Amino acid sequence: MNKISHPILSMAVSRVGLGLLSLLIVSLVIFFSVSLLPGSYASAILGQNATPEAVAAMEEKLGLNQPAIWRYFAWLGAAATGDLGTSFAGRPVMTVLGPRLLNTITLASITALIAVPLAIVLGIVCARFRGRFIDKFLSTSTLASISLPEFLVAYIVMMVFAVKLQWFPSMAGIRSSMDLGEQLYRMVLPILTLLLVILAHMVRNTRAAILSVMSSPYVEMARLQGESEGRVVMRQALPNAIGPIASVVALNLAYLISGVVVIEVVFVYPGVGQAMIDAVRNRDVPVIQACALIFAAAYIGFNLIADVISIISNPRLLHPR
Amino acid sequence: MEQSIDTRPAPSGPLARTYRLICSAPFTARLGMVFVALYAFVAIFAPWIAPYGEAEVVSRIPFDAWSSQHLLGTDQLGRDFLSRLIFGARNSISIALVTTILSFGIGCLLGVFSALVGGIIDQIISRFVDALMSVPDLIFILMILSIFGSSIPNLIMIIAVLTSTRFFRISRAAALNVTSLDFVEAAKGRGENLLWISVNEVFPNILPLLLSELGMRFCFIFLSIAALSFLGVGIQPPMAEWGSMVRDNAALINMGDITPLIPAVAIAFLAIAVNFVVDWLLNRVSGLNEEG
Repeated sequence: MNKISHPILSMAVSRVGLGLLSLLIVSLVIFFSVSLLPGSYASAILGQNATPEAVAAMEEKLGLNQPAIWRYFAWLGAAATGDLGTSFAGRPVMTVLGPRLLNTITLASITALIAVPLAIVLGIVCARFRGRFIDKFLSTSTLASISLPEFLVAYIVMMVFAVKLQWFPSMAGIRSSMDLGEQLYRMVLPILTLLLVILAHMVRNTRAAILSVMSSPYVEMARLQGESEGRVVMRQALPNAIGPIASVVALNLAYLISGVVVIEVVFVYPGVGQAMIDAVRNRDVPVIQACALIFAAAYIGFNLIADVISIISNPRLLHPR
Repeated sequence: MEQSIDTRPAPSGPLARTYRLICSAPFTARLGMVFVALYAFVAIFAPWIAPYGEAEVVSRIPFDAWSSQHLLGTDQLGRDFLSRLIFGARNSISIALVTTILSFGIGCLLGVFSALVGGIIDQIISRFVDALMSVPDLIFILMILSIFGSSIPNLIMIIAVLTSTRFFRISRAAALNVTSLDFVEAAKGRGENLLWISVNEVFPNILPLLLSELGMRFCFIFLSIAALSFLGVGIQPPMAEWGSMVRDNAALINMGDITPLIPAVAIAFLAIAVNFVVDWLLNRVSGLNEEG
């Protein structure tokens, strides 16, 4: 009964289910890729001190003598309750990553709050003045800037604002002891860099989404009825392009993830991305697993939001044939 | 009537056709092609152009300033920066190129195969690809590299397999459109095997689309290898690579020296050049589709 009265709700629920399923598959991949580790997990932890007795004792301690499937469910169950195990350095992963996760989320959400409205406005401007100077300028410059490596953008920003103008510190090493204003002040450059990195993608995609709607017959009809071009874009094209725009925005927020890793390293920002790179260098497997799980969950989450928004805004998708 | 059917002059061979194609390209695309050719030249003739060897320590002063002997100064170990930049072109581009071609091969073959076979096999491969695509690329690469260790073959294999999922998606979708057409049915009816059909009937028809995807993916791969090297988990020293050159000399940036940014700019210019060419190709492909 529910299905008939709330088709959107049931559709959304089934999407969330699919999202959880893919998260489950990803967790499987993350967990079992560790068993590919050359040599045993225990001797990797012990490093140089890996005498056979020590390895056996460590395996006993970590429960490695139990079957892999059993260990997987134990790990997954613990992860679901927020316990991500213990790093090789001996600290619980959650104490290491918890504050860093908060830092990364702060960085990403401030960026998103600025980027999303700005990108949509610029995309609309491009579509409205298609083929004119402003469109050509924005299209070419965004095409160029999606080809820039993130670290180049970061270093140019650092060079201009931290070294030459000396407005902001080049290192964004924030600590919880600092007050909010000081933290925000130090976050300006990483945020600016991230903004530049994702804005170009978003503007291009927004423009493409509106333009693809602009080629449909009813837009042509509205033009023939003598509506002004601005009115056609705002009244006819935009409402129908909201679905595609929302989904490209969400997808680009997912793209933020890889940008965040590089930019955190450049600005020495204490976030999850930097923690992951450190863990990869030290081959600290539990931390890598935890970071991968966090990033994958965020990625799947953003994709899920994109899906749900495009379903809600396009009733045709509710009745797939 | 018969005369009016073919008003355009017949193409007089692939060379002339390519020439005419290039002449019809817009300014940005031509600029892109010139840059790509320039990079290719430097990459191929690196040992003859570079004034010093790739890993040769030529100065006792690390981070030496620009001079007539060392045009771009020296790096953190006293190696000639310009020479490493030139050898870096060779290493960075060739590794990205091998990776792209490998993933193109894997992805397109599987994609066309999947589309032709259909049924349960298609479903299995597609779901597997979906699972691979549901992890952000960089995160996946970092995880696998930390397990297998970062060597060049590992790097190439991991990125090739992950990127092949994109080629798989696009070639499967494009091939599905083609496989329902009459000439493929006819070939199936003649009893040709699947490989022959993919290579001779399906592939030529989806090639323009795949080529522009190829260019785009090359950029992505090139940029992600540079990013990985920059993060210190990609191509390892003493091999010269643009991303790791930026990282190794980054200390100079805080002193206001732009030298470490030169490799990064080199990366950016190549990626921009390729993207300009791809953009033009894509416009051509979509234009052709509209006419057809």
